[in-house]
Parts: sequence; C-alpha cells; structure tokens
Amino acid sequence: MQKEVSAKKAPDKSSSIDEDRRSNAPEELDITTIRFAGDSGDGMQLLGTRFANTSAVFGEDVMTLAEYPAEIRAPAGTIAGVSGFQLSMGPQDIYTAGDMVDVLVAMNPAALKSNLEHVRKDGILIVNEDTFTEKNLKKVGYEENPLENSALAGYRVFPVGISKMTATALEPLGVEREQIGKSKNLFALGLICWLFNMPLDNTLNWLKTKFSKKPEVIKANTEALMAGNKYGDSNELFVTSYIIKQPEHKKQPGTYRYLNGNSALSMGLITAAEQAGLHLFLGSYPITPASDVLHELSRHKEFPVTTFQAEDEIAAIGAAIGASYAGSLAITSTSGPGMALKTEFLGLAVSVELPLVVINVMRGGPSTGLPTKMEQSDLFQALWSRPGESPLIVLAANSPKDCFDTAIEACRLTLKYMTPVIILSDGYIANGSEAWRIPSLDELPEMKAQFHTDAEKFHPYQRDPKTLARPWAIPGTAGLEHRVGGLEKEDITGGVDQSPENHEKMVHYRAEKVRRVCADIPPLEIEGNPVADLLVVGWGSSYGAITRAVMNSNNDGVPVASVHIKHLSPLPQDLGDILKRYKKVLIVENNLGQLWTLLRSIYLVDAKLLSKVNGVPFKISEVENKIREMVKG
Amino acid sequence: MAEALVRKDYVSDVEVRWCVGCGDYGILKAFTVAMAKLQLPREKVVIVSGIGCSSRFPYYVDTYGFHSVHGRAPSVATGVKLTQPDLSVWIVTGDGDALSIGGNHFIHLMRRNPDINMLLFNNQIYGLTKGQASPTSPQGKITKSTPFGLIDGPMHPLPMALTAGATFVARVPDTDNAMITDVLIQAHKHKGVSFVEIMQNCNIFNDGAWFPIAKKANRAENSIVLKHGEPMTFGENNSKGFRLKGMDIEIVDMEKDGVDVSELLVHDMYSKDATLAFKLANLQHPEFPYPLGVFRQIEAPVYESGVSKQEHDVAEKLGRGDVKKMLHSGETWEVSV
Ligand SMILES: Cc1ncc(C[n+]2csc(CCOP(=O)(O)OP(=O)(O)O)c2C)c(N)n1
Ligand code: SF4
Ligand SMILES: [Mg+2]
Repeated sequence: MQKEVSAKKAPDKSSSIDEDRRSNAPEELDITTIRFAGDSGDGMQLLGTRFANTSAVFGEDVMTLAEYPAEIRAPAGTIAGVSGFQLSMGPQDIYTAGDMVDVLVAMNPAALKSNLEHVRKDGILIVNEDTFTEKNLKKVGYEENPLENSALAGYRVFPVGISKMTATALEPLGVEREQIGKSKNLFALGLICWLFNMPLDNTLNWLKTKFSKKPEVIKANTEALMAGNKYGDSNELFVTSYIIKQPEHKKQPGTYRYLNGNSALSMGLITAAEQAGLHLFLGSYPITPASDVLHELSRHKEFPVTTFQAEDEIAAIGAAIGASYAGSLAITSTSGPGMALKTEFLGLAVSVELPLVVINVMRGGPSTGLPTKMEQSDLFQALWSRPGESPLIVLAANSPKDCFDTAIEACRLTLKYMTPVIILSDGYIANGSEAWRIPSLDELPEMKAQFHTDAEKFHPYQRDPKTLARPWAIPGTAGLEHRVGGLEKEDITGGVDQSPENHEKMVHYRAEKVRRVCADIPPLEIEGNPVADLLVVGWGSSYGAITRAVMNSNNDGVPVASVHIKHLSPLPQDLGDILKRYKKVLIVENNLGQLWTLLRSIYLVDAKLLSKVNGVPFKISEVENKIREMVKG
Repeated sequence: MAEALVRKDYVSDVEVRWCVGCGDYGILKAFTVAMAKLQLPREKVVIVSGIGCSSRFPYYVDTYGFHSVHGRAPSVATGVKLTQPDLSVWIVTGDGDALSIGGNHFIHLMRRNPDINMLLFNNQIYGLTKGQASPTSPQGKITKSTPFGLIDGPMHPLPMALTAGATFVARVPDTDNAMITDVLIQAHKHKGVSFVEIMQNCNIFNDGAWFPIAKKANRAENSIVLKHGEPMTFGENNSKGFRLKGMDIEIVDMEKDGVDVSELLVHDMYSKDATLAFKLANLQHPEFPYPLGVFRQIEAPVYESGVSKQEHDVAEKLGRGDVKKMLHSGETWEVSV
C-alpha cells in the first residue's frame, strides 16, 4: 500500500456493513485517490474535472491525471474505448495524481476490467450495475458477471443502478433518452459528492453558466446530480461517508484556480507577450497531446494573438520564424513526431538568432508511438537533433502549474538572448490539473523586448557584449535593411562568410551565448534532507513522484535529498558541485536514461538510473522503493 | 518629400555570384526596375527565398531579405505577412524548391491567398546542386542523376497554381526585361497571392531549355502574349491565332485558312471561371506556342486581411484582452490569511 494511503485511518474492514449502518459521523481521511472510468462517451473527463474542481474549491490540494483512449471511436463498451480520470486529493502536499486507487467509479464492465489492477486491496468499487449485461460482459471477456461471483473479493463493491436511476429521475420530467444517457455522469458526481461530503453548489453554478442557452440541459443535469446525491443520503448501501482532513497549515493566501498544463502554457505565453508588449504568434499543426495549446490560444483573439494552423509542422515553425523576424513573439507547439519535422528550421532559427519558443508536449515514441501517453524520451532530441553545432536553450516544466512559469521563463530567455528555447512538457502534465494560486503581475519577471531602430553603425550581427545577443532589427525599419539566412554569417556584418576562421568563431559564439544563460538562472533548490548520502535527480513531470517519495522516505527515517532540473540546456552552474556532494546519485526519468547519460558524461558521476517507459508516470512507491534500496545497499 | 528612388538604390553591395550568362541576372535587373517604378520604400520590401541558385536573389537586393531553407520560403513569408501586413512580401524560388521539396507549401500558399508575390525561376534543372533532374525537367531528359533518361513526367506549375486557387497567374521569359517588369508591377498591385513563372535559362546545366522563346527573333512564332480583351494572335504578322473547336483550342492561320479575327478567342483574364486560363496554362510547346503574360487575375478574400479582421472583431466584441482578467477567468476561489 502506498504511503499516502497508509497515512489514512483505514475504515474498519472487519465489521460488516449491517453492523456499521448506524455510524453516521463521516470518517476523516488524509490523502485519497479516486478514479473515474467509463466509455469514452460516458463523460468521465467532465465528471472527474468537476469533482476535482469541487474539492479544490473546498480547500483540498488536488492533482489529476486524464487518460484518453487511443482510439477516438473505439466501439462502445470495449476496453479500447475506456476513458479514465484519476485524482488525488488531500489537505496538502499533493504532488501526483496518486499511486493506487482508493475509490474506483466504473461505468461499465470494460472500465472495471481495465482499471481493477490500479485499485488497492480493500478499495471501494462503485459500479454501474445496469451495464453489466451479458452482451457487455462478453465484449470484454468476462465469462461470468464479476458482481455475482467472487472475482471482486477483497474489494468493497457497491453496485449502483446508475443508468436506471438516472432514467427514473429524469423520465417524469420528459427528458429525452439521449440526454438521460448524457446525464448519468452527473448522477455519479452527485453520489461521489455525497460520499465525500462535498457541496454541490459549485457544480450547480457551473451548470448554469455552461448551459445558459440550454435550460432543458441544466434541468436534466441538475436533477441527475441531486438524484445521485439523494441516493447516497437515503440509501444504506454505504456504511459511512468520508471527509478529507483540513490542512494543518494554511495555504498561501490569494485567489486560486484549477488548471491543466496546456492551459497554463497558453496563459503563460499570452502573459509574457503582454508583459513584453509584443504580438503573440503561434504556428502549429494539430497533434496529441499538444493540440490544446493551439485550441486555447485560438480562443484568445481579444489579445494581440495570431494563431496559424499550418499545412504541417514544418510550415508551422517556418511561419513562426517569419513572424519572429517581423517582430512577433513567436511560438510553435507540437509533440515528438512534429519535433522531428521541425529540426531543419530549428537549425535556421539558431543560425539567424531570432527569438522563438518551441513547445514539445512529449508522448511515447518512436514514430507515432503512444499518442495519448506520456514519456520523457525527447530530451536528446531537444538537445541535439539538428544538423551542425546547434545549441539552444531547453527548459522542462515539472507540473501543470509550472507550465505557466516555464512559458514565461522561455519567453524571457528567448527575448533576452535572441536564440530559440525548447519547452519540454508531456502528456501527463498537459492534461493533468492542479490548483494554482494566480500570481499578480508584479510577481512576474521583467520581460523586455527591444527592436533596434538606430541606423547609425547598425550591424546585424554586432553582439551585446554581455548576453552576446544580436540586435532585433525588424522589416519596416528604415535604414536597417539587411539580409539574413542559413549560410554562415560573417561576424558583426552578418554577410555570408564561409571562411574557416569565421565559422569557428561563429560556432563558438553561438555556444557561448547559450552557456551565458547559466548566470541568469536561479540556484538549484535541494529538497528533503540536504546532508543525506543519496541525491535523487529528476527533470520534468517526475517532480511530483520524486518530491513525495523523498518526503515520505525522510519521514520514515530514510535520509535522502533531491534536486529537480528545469534548465536542461544550459545546465545550472551549481549542478556539478551538488552532484559531487553526495555519495550516491539516482536519476529518475521516463526514458532509458537520457539525463543519466548526459550527467554521467559531463560530470563523470557514477549515477544510478531508475527508468520507466510504459507510458505511465512514476508511482511514488516506485521511487520510494528505489530510494530504500539505494540507501540500504 | 524624399528624393525619388532609382534602380541602383535597390541594388545591394553584395557581389553577384551567379554564373556568367545565367538568366537570373536579367530577372534581378527587371526586379529592381520594377521596384524603382513602384517607388517602394526599401524598408517596406521583404524578399524571402528557399535554397537554390535562384534563392540567392535576396542577397542582391537592398531591401530586407531572408534566405531560408529549401522549399519552405512560403511559410516564412506567411509569418512575415501575418505580423506586418503592410509589407510588400516577395518569394523567390526555383523549380526544385517550389515544386519538389516545397510542393506542399506552394499549394497551401496559393489556396490561402495572402498578398504575397511568388516568383518561380523555372530552369527545369537543379542548378545549385549542379545539374540533376527537377520536377519540371521533360521526360527523357539526360541529367547527372538520369544518365539514361528521365522516366517521370514533368509537373506544370501554372495549372498547379490555378488549381490550388492562385488569384494572379502569369508567365514571362527571363529575356524579356520589359515584360518581366510590367508583370511584376501588376503582381505587386494585385491584392492576393500572385504567382509568376519565369522561364529561366541555366546556361551551365540546362542551356537552351527555353530556346524557342529565348531569342527575340523566335518569340513571335513560339509564344503568344496574352492581352486582356484582345483576340489571341501570334506569329510574324500576328496572322495566327487561337480558336475554340469544340472543347479544344486550335491554331488557325487567318490568312491561309481564311479565318476572321472575330472568330478568335478573346483573352479574359478577369473571368470568374478558370477554364480558359486553365486551358491556356496546359498548352504545351511545340504543339502550341507558349502563352505568356497574365493568365488570370481575380479578386478573392485576402488571407491576412481576414485574419486581422477576425482578431479585430473579437477584440471589439469582447474588449481588448486583459491578462489579469484572463488569469482570473473561470472558477476561482479565495484563500484568506
Ligand atoms: C533539405 C535540403 N535538401 C537538399 C538540399 C540541396 N539543394 C540545394 S538547392 C537544391 C535544388 C535547387 O534547384 P532549384 O530549386 O530548381 O533551384 P536552382 O538552383 O535551379 O535555381 C537542392 C536539392 C538542401 N539545401 N536542403
Ligand atoms: S548553375 Fe545555372 S542557374 Fe545556377 S547560377 Fe549557374 S547558370 Fe544560373
Ligand atoms: Mg531550378
């Protein structure tokens, strides 16, 4: 059993339901993980998001993980068509969407079958029994109804007639059959809200705004929500309801919202452009799991934001480079396969030294790979996948809300150093959500964009002595007419120059420029026990699992420290010293050891690797076990 | 009032590196003449190119210039245009650049219809890489990469452009300075995408590809200059012409065949229906003379105008965006001290 769950007061397993019926006081829980699973048409993402929102508004720390089926139109009722949404909630320090599931809501046999392995022993299964028909059971290879034999022994199973009861509640109101089907998830939400003693008003308000033009939908959904809630209340099926502990120390005061990684990236980009006083330009081509950045920015035309859906990823970055050349803050967003297509243009961006932010929301590869699953296997691609010596800045976002800060940091650096920046996010944090304290604008870093206008002694490749950035001289500026391109440029003048000395000099300039970013990034933060023998190093979305695992280990008397690397190119100045301070180093990443190879080769450190490449983020317990093993061994 | 700009003002101080005798020189000259005639402020002109001999063009013109990557200048140019719609944006490309590696970008540029002018220097060969077959090389062509003859058939840029939705389509020979200048000026004035095929001689790797029209003396017999509203005539004394026979274009000799000029096809470059332009664009030499001049020019919504208008309308409707408002949108909650 995972750490998080072991901290909670386990419900009394020995007592039978009958005996417990009278105990009505809700039981207090610490960290709890809930998973909603159903057919892709069952509205599981919405159900999960609504519940996560409700608990966040209620004051819980929440982190979520969305799992979409790989096939959009997988046949109904099949395992391939199962969509899942997991969330972990607790009073504080929720860093992941949870390891093992405490409560599974399964809307059909496929959802039950494919998710049972995630549920801890003695976990709660709330199952829509109406869908357990012979036909549906067959579809997923259940010979017998698992609700009727001993297949689910060891779990606390609650069969609920969600479909029928929704219909019973809505039919008298004259709601159409199709809408009844769509409202099932609200019945489930009502029931889960009852189970966790969460209020409904937040969902009711949401329904009112969301369907303001469709009063009949508001009515149907409200009725279903209430019916589910009442069912929990009046039915004695459930022994007890639960309540999540109140936080011991208060959260930082302020206004909070709940957001996912792709929205956070989008909002970060708009914020950066506004802070810098620039027009934001996005060139993109749809690809999972990055498309939402295109969707989100396309919704924000009230800002100076232009979105260009190009004919392919190559044209998308090409247009972004053109836009940057002409003075926009230019972005291109994609995932691994699209990154592969962008490489030639990325080399051009390095060569013409223009600002550009490239977002790679990573998924499993190679090739089409696992479009809807996460992986961190594009680190090498980001660092080196371009012809020639082609250094650029690479940043990794470590959580949904960190995507906002990473977007701002990327824009700050690209504008200051006039060189492209790659942001690595992944499918986990792109679709995962958490509560975020909205920063006030004066908390944000300074963002400056300066177009060169002085025609006196203008040289396109005359560098700023400190940053080595070249001037940004945009078309339309009289007196600065000049040519740029991918051919090697002469130092200072920017004219074509392929001479040996000049090329060597320019290669070094480009490398040095990126290296100088080191002096512009904050020192690494060591978490956990700084004087432990073991240091865990991670990057990107493994932050949550590592941080929690390190916290749990130290609480259990296993001393361990961790650092998380956001700036992957250039690497932080202090990283080398930090690595040397520890007897043992463990690198945790969702690939076969890319950061591991990098750090071993640069710092000659005998680091060990914890690798995972099954398309699923690290569990806290996996990191914790490895920490124990290394501390002992 | 600033002094009028002369041709030389548009010539950069970069030494031109094309082979002596290359057709690109004539095009460069005509381009700078057109610039001077249009009196375009130099800072308002951006030339974006791909890779190839032709794509060195921007270095030689003293405006803004961007030598990008092979085949993909249209995307860079589109980004420039979307950011600064009032710039005069030109793409210079080659037959390999535009039609082979850049074929996809080419058709999408045409269909979007931004106010960008694309000049395709068609020499039917890969010049810069020293003489391989290109997508416009004729079948059977012996080149370095096809020593026993080219097997694939050629692609015709004009019908391609028309099919993809180009709103201004023209063709000119590299040797007719006046015609190039004139067509470039029209292309600039056209609101929407302009596609100009320039029949360019690569005297090193494909000399004489356009031989029938290269010399002024041969041009009358081997080409037909399209003029809006005028009957389609050609030949020494303009005695020959195009007539429609059923669905096909046929050549008639007015004197010999006793055909009156009134029976000839009359060019209508503004026709909403692209059929005539398409038929003309498909005529192949030597069965037919090469049609030259402007095949088609129509009005259609301009891409960047549509983009700006939409952005403007949304901002008008919702009010100018405000970061704080955006960050606080949706459901929020307060945590107090
Ligand atoms: C990605 C890429 N592939 C190949 C090349 C090599 N290359 C440069 S120019 C060219 C063909 C040029 O032919 P064309 O576009 O007809 O231009 P021309 O030189 O004839 O003017 C090729 C294949 C390149 N620069 N980049
Ligand atoms: S190789 Fe051909 S196209 Fe290239 S510069 Fe020489 S003559 Fe011109
Ligand atoms: Mg060519």
